[in-house]
Order: sequence, then structure tokens, then C-alpha cells
Amino acid sequence: MDRYPPIPGTTLFDGAQARKGYALNRMCFSFNEAANREAFRADEAGYMQRYGLNGEQARAIRERDVLGLLAEGGNVYYLAKFAGILGLDVQDLGSAQTGLSKDEFKAMLVRANEQPDTLAS
Amino acid sequence: MANILGGITTSHVPAIGGAIAKGLQQQPYWKPFFDGYGPVQQWLGEVKPDVAVIFYNDHGLNFFLDKMPTFAVGAAPEYRNADEGWGIPTLPPFRGELDLSWHLIEHLVARDFDITTCQEMLVDHAITLPLKLFWPEGTCPVTIVPVCINTVQHPLPSARRCYALGQAVGEAIRSWDSDRRVVVVGTGGLSHQLDGPRAGFINKPFDLKFMDSMVNEPEWATQFSVHELVEKTGTQGIELLMWIAARGALSGPVRKVHSNYHIPISNTAAGLLALEAV
Repeated sequence: MDRYPPIPGTTLFDGAQARKGYALNRMCFSFNEAANREAFRADEAGYMQRYGLNGEQARAIRERDVLGLLAEGGNVYYLAKFAGILGLDVQDLGSAQTGLSKDEFKAMLVRANEQPDTLAS
Repeated sequence: MANILGGITTSHVPAIGGAIAKGLQQQPYWKPFFDGYGPVQQWLGEVKPDVAVIFYNDHGLNFFLDKMPTFAVGAAPEYRNADEGWGIPTLPPFRGELDLSWHLIEHLVARDFDITTCQEMLVDHAITLPLKLFWPEGTCPVTIVPVCINTVQHPLPSARRCYALGQAVGEAIRSWDSDRRVVVVGTGGLSHQLDGPRAGFINKPFDLKFMDSMVNEPEWATQFSVHELVEKTGTQGIELLMWIAARGALSGPVRKVHSNYHIPISNTAAGLLALEAV
């Protein structure tokens, strides 16, 4: 799985990540259902315990630590459902992960228009 | 035999749903995106397809990691959407096309594709939003056959393999004993990355080259590994696999009906391409 050169700023969700993050991802998948989101809001610690999150995963959830959640094996498709509970959109997540303010992050996206139209080679 | 009229590939960013619900299409942020669909809607009105075979990726609605198929073909009488975590409204169900579903399944397995078949299947924004972009008013006029490609759990199928899947799907449609008019659709992309310090990554020159290659050089992108494509287009830019699969279903020469490219819609470089079989 580590045969390939690392991609900057990126962790592929491969088997190693999946094995780390299964409980975390399973919990976040449950947030598809409104009743589950409500149950989590009402008792975060209890909900996390029922899904068997480990200490590091629970800490990252408590602290809303996006990069920490990814490091603990979270898959962004399921983490997005957790972000939805918090009322965060993907620019909020982008801001949290890059250290930019939300406005700076959005401005960075717009600046991508200045990239060349053609590939270098 | 069934006729493939052409193929449409489009981004499917979730924020589009909110924009439609709030009527934001003509606001400055959204206008360059939504205006792009006019010519495609017009073309669809002229050619009047009956069925859409849609290559897409599920984002954690129908499938979880417990059972994750690489390729899954819908064979349900109808397909419903559901809450993906943001409480979006449940839409009227989309009608399936069971005869074509089963014909595709028979053909794909005979062609040595190891697929998963789904006789019940929830469809997420990757299906609902493009259909709403193509037919903004009223109910969806086509029946659908969803073909889901895994982009959640690496290892993902290669671009080469997705193109071959598309080719086999195209063969199957063309050998379907029916006079129905079929359009193939691929949804997702273009370059974007939601996760990690590289969140916000966009690669405009690669996207533009990719869109150009889709017209007359459809195997261009199949030279790259999934790892290379993630490096070039972002962790979610890998959704271009859907474009590659849809293009594979079109055989013979094609004419570009319309294309559009706009940065940014949410975190995404939004692309649109409509090709007509000639």
C-alpha cells in the first residue's frame, strides 16, 4: 500500500486507514438518520461509546479536530455527515484543515482561475 | 436494437441542491454554472431519450464499508433518495428500467466483469442533482439504470478498467432488443479535494485537457494510475472515473454538443460535457 510516493497534503483511504477507522466511520455513517443525529447531540459520549470509538477518535470528535479524525482513520464521506451535525460546510472543513480563514479559503478557490489553461508538458 | 443518443458528463456538487431549492441560479456566484445547462437541456428536448444509464459514485448512502462493491448495477423497479446527513427532502422515486438492468447484468458477467447486482438501491445526490440539472421542471422523464463505481475505499478500479466497463455497458445497450432511446451519463468531478491539508486543491489545466480528450481521445486518461489521478485531480477529483466509464459506452465518432467549466462551485471545479453520437 505504501508502494507509491506520498501525495502532498493527502492521505488515501486505503486498507490501513480503514482498519484504524472502522468504528469511527460506522458511527458517522449512522448520521444519515435524523434520529441518530439527535441521539448523538443529546449524549455524545454515550453515543461514541456505543459505537466503540477508541480514546483518540473520541478526543478528535470532542475537539472537532478534522485533521485528527482523518489521522484516526476517518473517511471524509462519513466525516461530512458529522460536519453536517455541526452545521459546517466543506469550506468550513477546508478552513479548519488548512489554517486559512473561511474567507481566505474561498478566495484561494477563486484564485485557481488564474492557473494556466494548458498543461506544461 | 436500442440506440445510444449520446453521453452527458457533469459535476454533482451537493451545494447545487441548496441553490436550486433557494432559487439562486441567476445570482453571480451560480449563474456561470447554471447557464451552462441550457444548451444541454435544449439538446435533450430535441433527442428525447427514454432511458438514462448513469455511472456515478455513492457517497455513503446506499453502501457502507461493511459491504463495498467495486461495480454495482441497479436492478430495482424504482430508486429513492434519502437523507445523507443534511436532512434534504425525499424526492419522488425515479423509475427503473428492469429489462435493461438485467440485460446489462447478463452482458457484463458474460464479459467477465464481477459485478454486484442491487434489487433495492438508494440513490444519492450524484444521481438526483444531475437529473434535476438536465430536467429542471416537472418529474424526471427518463427511466434509469444506475451503475455505481466505488470511490470510497481504496483500492479503486483503474481508469483503464472503468473505460472497459463503459465499453461493455455500451455493447450491452446496443444489443438490447428494444427501440428505446438511451443516453449515458457520468457524474462527479472535476478536480477537487475536501480532506487533508491539500483541501481546496484544483487543477485547471489538467481538467481542461481531460475534457478535451473526452471528445476525440477518450483513452488519454486511462494511461494514469488511480494514484496519479488523485495526485493530479484531488482525492475526490478521482470521480472523473465516471466520465471515463460513460465515454467508454459511446462507440464511433461523436460531436460535442456543449461544454462548460467553472471554478469554483463549493470546493469543486465544475465541469459539463455533452456529446452526441454521430
